[in-house]
Amino acid sequence: MAITKQNLLALNGDEAVAYAVKQSDVDVVSAYPITPQTIIVERFSEYVHNGEVDTEFVCVESEHSALSMCLTASATGVRVFTASGSAGLALMHEILYVTSGARAPVVMAIVNRALSGPINIHCDHSDSMVERDAGWIQIYVENSQEAYDSIVQAFRIAEHNDLLLPTMVMLDAFFLSHTLESVNVLPDETVRKFVGTRKIPLVRGHKGKLVPFKLDPENPITMGPLDLYDYYFEHKRQQEEAMQRAPRIIKEVHDEYARISGRKYGNGLIEPYRLEDAEIATVCLGSTAGTTKTVVDQLRTKGIKAGLLRLRTYRPYPVQDIINALENVKAIAVMDRSHSFGAHGGPIFHEIRHTLYEASIHPQIVDYIYGLGGRDMPQTLIHEIYKDLQKILETKRVEKPIQFIGVRE
Amino acid sequence: MASKWKFTIKDLAEKPEIFMSGHRACAGCGPAIAYRQILKATRGPIIATNATGCMEVVSTIYPYTAWSIPFIHTAFENVAANAAGIETALKALKKKGQLKYDNVDVIAFAGDGGTYDIGIQALSGAAERGHNFLYVLYDNEAYMNTGIQRSGGTPHGAWTTTSPAGRVIPGKVRYKKPIAYIMVAHDIPYVATASIAYWIDLVRKTRRGLEAEGPAFLHALAPCPRGWRYDTSKTVEIARSAVETCVFPLWEAVDGEYALSAPSKVIALKPERKKPVKDYLKVQGRFRHLFTPKFEYVIDEIQQIIDRRWKRLLKKCGMT
Repeated sequence: MAITKQNLLALNGDEAVAYAVKQSDVDVVSAYPITPQTIIVERFSEYVHNGEVDTEFVCVESEHSALSMCLTASATGVRVFTASGSAGLALMHEILYVTSGARAPVVMAIVNRALSGPINIHCDHSDSMVERDAGWIQIYVENSQEAYDSIVQAFRIAEHNDLLLPTMVMLDAFFLSHTLESVNVLPDETVRKFVGTRKIPLVRGHKGKLVPFKLDPENPITMGPLDLYDYYFEHKRQQEEAMQRAPRIIKEVHDEYARISGRKYGNGLIEPYRLEDAEIATVCLGSTAGTTKTVVDQLRTKGIKAGLLRLRTYRPYPVQDIINALENVKAIAVMDRSHSFGAHGGPIFHEIRHTLYEASIHPQIVDYIYGLGGRDMPQTLIHEIYKDLQKILETKRVEKPIQFIGVRE
Repeated sequence: MASKWKFTIKDLAEKPEIFMSGHRACAGCGPAIAYRQILKATRGPIIATNATGCMEVVSTIYPYTAWSIPFIHTAFENVAANAAGIETALKALKKKGQLKYDNVDVIAFAGDGGTYDIGIQALSGAAERGHNFLYVLYDNEAYMNTGIQRSGGTPHGAWTTTSPAGRVIPGKVRYKKPIAYIMVAHDIPYVATASIAYWIDLVRKTRRGLEAEGPAFLHALAPCPRGWRYDTSKTVEIARSAVETCVFPLWEAVDGEYALSAPSKVIALKPERKKPVKDYLKVQGRFRHLFTPKFEYVIDEIQQIIDRRWKRLLKKCGMT
């Protein structure tokens, strides 16, 4: 398949998301504004009020209701989108679990922002990190182009009948949401063809009959029942089984999209950067990966074997891909843009270190908590991290496994 | 709205059950009676959604269900948003020509906890946005599903496990929130109160609520033998007594215009028929402590509240 001719637009991250939603033939959008996600709902409102989409758009009174509406609309069989972040995502928390438990393929954009208190509107990942166990697919993007591409892919992933897993796409507040970038957009009809129409699988309904898995007066089923200890566990197990199938489907959708757009993000799950022969490497997600790539390039010109691993999906967590990518690296720094208070490091650190326990060679691993509440992560600080890694490489010793970087002590 | 719908007992008896037998509600459950009667009033295709609470729990224990129509439960506080989601999806399907029906009735059911308390935000939001669905509040006046804790719908003086009849404080201190008036104040097309004891009135009001174009709110008093502490055979009698004592008057407000319904209108026209609130309280164990010398004053207080609210309602209905 030939790469489709595209339009180059100047969009910020929020606009890129809204544009992707506009093109994806979405039936219902229900949302509440929260800084810095607001532009997504604002742009979408314009599309609706100018008659550019025929989506049913409902501005609700809270994020809790936004997701509640999306959940039942999705259960009625239509394609659904919402967007949130920070306190709004936290307000949805309960319904996130209900949505994945109901196997409703809702797609949501999260503009990552710190959680109160103190109140702060800037970027960190503490909002979506706490939702990593909610049964949603989590995709973290590096730039606005990827935000656009990932939203389009998300509908295909979430609605895939082997998955039916709600999917959230994360973009960094302000660094992406409010920064103008060049974004290549596919023609409307190409996106529409790519996302297709939502297909509803058949399930065994009342009296053992095979019926569509939706609220349909012709074939009534009861959704969201009371599950006691005799069935709840099995239903949770089914969610995990779907998650196990997710890496394959995410890769398939990613590759198919790459064929029409010409854009690839690693293998769709992880994006290794100059890791082939790397001795030292960082692991991070989101926009920091962009800055880090620049730093890696600078180090490489000095002959330092530096690399980077960007996690694109954090759920499903691509264990084997990570082992393969990092196994031969001797010293690794994990960069966590959130913290688990009282724990031994941030959430990504926990999982990376845990994962490499299964690897044949055990590298030295350190954690850097950085950028909370929108604190900048300039190249100089990233250089410091690589300098530390070089020291660890030489001494084969980790002095301080967990550090806060860029903070006043 | 001019409701032309006419029905006979035979019509209702012949209508297939929607809320089916086999659910696990208690003997004498008021809400179960309400559900069965309300669902007899429906038109064509229906989708129902239910807040977490007694009735969801007793009717959908997986892998069983008491529902012969599409049904979804998601959480406690969001049933109005859920109904709005269903209604919006149906609208989207209709616009695309993918809906097989001209109309699908969407009904949201919730108890008093899911309505007066935790659910009022979603309910108010959905009402403001004008979603076309019927919201049914089955009011058993406490959190019965979790073991009889007070809610915003629990009346003054009632015993519950979180407003116990203590040595100092005799039951619930605060008054019952006037939820139906609050819903009228949202300027929605239809609001009504109903009682399972007056089933013709209840069925008719349900239908009018469904026929309303926009949000409709039906407040149905549904006594609970477990929580109200009475014999399971007395449910309907107590529901009737609530109307006869003006504890729970029956009225409807069409486009904000209040009118008393027949059982309460009779009392308005012949005030001597208004029974003392004592009659209603004395048959319920939850008010037993009020009949001790120490707390008798509370009965007077309740009578005063009821009288004041009744007077105010008469004014709203143009009956004074």
